[in-house]
Amino acid sequence: MYCAVTRDPIDATALLARVRHDSDGAIVLFSGVVRDHAEGRAVSRLTYEAYEAMAVAGLERICEQVREEFEIGDVAVVHRIGELNVGEASVAIAVAAPHREAAYAASRQVIERLKKEVPIWKRERYTDGDEAWLEGTVPPSGM
Amino acid sequence: MRVTAVFFAVYRELAGAEALEVELVPGATVRQLVETLRARPGGDKLPDSPAVAVNQEYAPLDTVLSEGDEVALIPPVAGG
Repeated sequence: MYCAVTRDPIDATALLARVRHDSDGAIVLFSGVVRDHAEGRAVSRLTYEAYEAMAVAGLERICEQVREEFEIGDVAVVHRIGELNVGEASVAIAVAAPHREAAYAASRQVIERLKKEVPIWKRERYTDGDEAWLEGTVPPSGM
Repeated sequence: MRVTAVFFAVYRELAGAEALEVELVPGATVRQLVETLRARPGGDKLPDSPAVAVNQEYAPLDTVLSEGDEVALIPPVAGG
């Protein structure tokens, strides 16, 4: 299991290598990338910010629970922070499993929970020069 | 007792600070901390019931604080 928050570009190939073992028949890689529009506005750049220690702990908790719930071998997730341009990966999740069904399901669960629970925020910069923090999801309290 | 309030993203901009040391009466709750922060000049732009984390764990507003606690006000999250 590997969970990290980084300022460096994400190396998806290295992430795949971290999770693969000879007993696995499937590896699913999910990558979230910066797109060039949001709600009808043209986006030129995103800035991600994290409460880093808590974000890593949150990712670790999600990965541990996913490993308990699904028949997978290993899982790794990296979220990038700082300034990202259109086309750059903001997050990558690699899940290795003996069979693909569990790998797909676990991958999906990691990204859905990450978006709802992990203290990371993004600020959009639009091509017209305007900037705004993205409206997010209120995290569950008292977890 | 003293606790440290920390702010991120839009709340950092609204609070005008990344972190503030706050003096509270012993036994004070997170809710009392938020009320204290909102009573600062300009602090009423912060929400009255934000999500919070105490020592990096999400916690309800009625959580009783201890000396030295780190309390983060957590804006709605938007990772991914």
